[in-house]
Amino acid sequence: MEANTRSTGRLPAAFLTPGSSSFMDFLSDHQPELLPGNKKLPPVQGAIEAPHGTTIVAVTFPGGVVLAGDRRATMGNVIAQRDIEKVFPADEYSAVGIAGTAGLAVEMVKLFQLELEHFEKVEGTQLSLEGKANRLSTMIRSNLGMAMQGLAVVPLFAGYDVDREKGRIFSYDVTGGRSEEQGYAATGSGSIFARGAMKKLFRENLSEAEATTLVVQALYDAADDDSATGGPDVARRIYPIVTVITEDGFRRLTENESSEIARSILERRLEQPDGPRAALL
Amino acid sequence: MSTPFYVSPQQAMADRAEYARKGIARGRSLVVLQYADGIVFVGENPSRALHKFSEIYDRIGFAAAGKYNEYENLRIGGVRYADLRGYTYDRDDVTARGLANVYAQTLGTIFSSSAEKPYEVELVVAEVGERPEGDQIYRLPHDGSIVDEHGSVAVGGNSEQISSYLDQRHRDGMTLAEALKLAVQALSRDTNGSEREIPAERLEVAVLDRTRPQKRKFKRITGRQLGRLLEADGATTASEAEADANAEAAAEAEASGNDE
Repeated sequence: MEANTRSTGRLPAAFLTPGSSSFMDFLSDHQPELLPGNKKLPPVQGAIEAPHGTTIVAVTFPGGVVLAGDRRATMGNVIAQRDIEKVFPADEYSAVGIAGTAGLAVEMVKLFQLELEHFEKVEGTQLSLEGKANRLSTMIRSNLGMAMQGLAVVPLFAGYDVDREKGRIFSYDVTGGRSEEQGYAATGSGSIFARGAMKKLFRENLSEAEATTLVVQALYDAADDDSATGGPDVARRIYPIVTVITEDGFRRLTENESSEIARSILERRLEQPDGPRAALL
Repeated sequence: MSTPFYVSPQQAMADRAEYARKGIARGRSLVVLQYADGIVFVGENPSRALHKFSEIYDRIGFAAAGKYNEYENLRIGGVRYADLRGYTYDRDDVTARGLANVYAQTLGTIFSSSAEKPYEVELVVAEVGERPEGDQIYRLPHDGSIVDEHGSVAVGGNSEQISSYLDQRHRDGMTLAEALKLAVQALSRDTNGSEREIPAERLEVAVLDRTRPQKRKFKRITGRQLGRLLEADGATTASEAEADANAEAAAEAEASGNDE
C-alpha cells in the first residue's frame, strides 16, 4: 500500500472511488495504520513519561476571539522544553490550542488542519464552525485508548463563526465530550488558576487589545501557581503565543507585540504581585 | 455466436483516441499562462459552482477540459494523493511533477486497457515557483502522455488554434491584467477566425500567486476584482491606482512597439 503513494504508478482504486470529503475517512479506508488513534501501544506498567503541554486560554470579545498558550512543556518535574508552541491555526477562521501529551497533540493538530483543508478543497467550501468543532471531537474520541494509558490530549478550539458573526470557544474532555464556553475558557494543568483570573477580569465589551492583555494576565496567574506552566521569560525572550481570530481571519501576534504586553504586565506586577484587583462589591 | 472481426491494434488505438478527442472537443477550451507573479488559469464556464480550475495543494493548481465527472474524479484523486503524501512525508515533498506522473500513469493505463473506456479529459497541472524560472506547467492529454510546457498552454477542442495564437503573443513578465486580456482574446476567437464577446460573468479565472503571504497560493478571481482587471487598460476609471496607470502606459508603449 505504502509503495502506491510513493511510486509513480497509477492511482489506486481507493483514490478514485467517489466517497466522503473527509481525509480521515479516506485514511481509515486506505491506510488505517497512519491514523494516530490506530497505533497499538505495548502493555506498560504505570504512566508513560512523555513531555506534557500545559495551559491554554481563550477569551471572546465583540468581533472575535483570542486564543493563547504558555511555552512550557514538562516531563515529570523536569522542564522538557521552554519554547514549545501549543497554539496553531486550524484554518483561516479557527485555531486550536493543545494541552496534554505534546507529541500526540502536535500530530493531532496536523491531522486536524489537513482534515479541514481537505474538505475545503474537495467541496469547494469551508465546514461550518460547528462542523469543525465536531470533527475535532471525533479525533479526540479516537485517541481514548491512549488517553486511558496517560497519553491524553485535551484541546481548546476557538474560531470566528462567519454565519453568526462572532467568536466562539469550544472545550473538550478526554473522551471527546464537547461543550461550548461562554466568554472565556481554559484547559491544562494551570487552567484552574487561569480561569479564576479570567472570571474576575472578563467583561462583555472588551476591545481586542484588552482581550489580548487579559489572556496574558491569566497565563501569568497560571504560571504563578502551577509549576508546569511557564511565565513570560524575559531573559530568553520567550513570550506567550497569542492569536486573534476575527472577520479578517487568523492572526498571530508578532513577537514584539506579545513581548510588549508581557513586559507591561510584568512591570505592574513588580508593584502589585497579584495583579489587577476586582472590586469587592 | 459469431466470431469477432479482427481489428489491428493500431486501428483500435486510433479509434479510442478519436473517441476521446471528440469527447474533449465538446467542451470549451481553456488556457493557462505564466505572468510575472505566477500562473493564471482562464476559461469560459457558465457555472459558478462546477469549477474547471481548483487547488490541489499549496503551490499546485489543476485545470481540466472534457467530461466533468471524469476530471472531477481525477481531481479528487489528486487531492487525496497530495494530502496523503504531505501527511506521510512533508508538505515540500508534494510536487507538480510527482502529481503529473501519477495522472499520466492513471490516464495511460485507462487508455490502453481494453476493459475501460478511455477518459475524455485533458488536464493541466501547474506549480508556481519562488521565481518565474521555477514555474512548472504540465499538459496531460487523454492518452497519458505528458508535455512539459512553458509560457502558455491551451487545452480542449480548439486548443491548437488557441495555442498558436498565444505562442505568438505571450511574453515573459506580463502583468496579470495583460495576461488575462490576452487569454480572453485567445478564447474568444472562433474556429473560423471571427471574434465573439465573452462577458465577465461567463469567465472562470484563478491564479497561483507567488506573492501571497499564505502557504496556499491558489486564489479565485471573481466579481469586482475580475472586472477591474479586464478593464485595466481600456477606458481609465477615476478610481484606478496610479501604479496601474503607469503599468498601462508602459504596456501600451510596448504594444505599439510590437505592432510596427
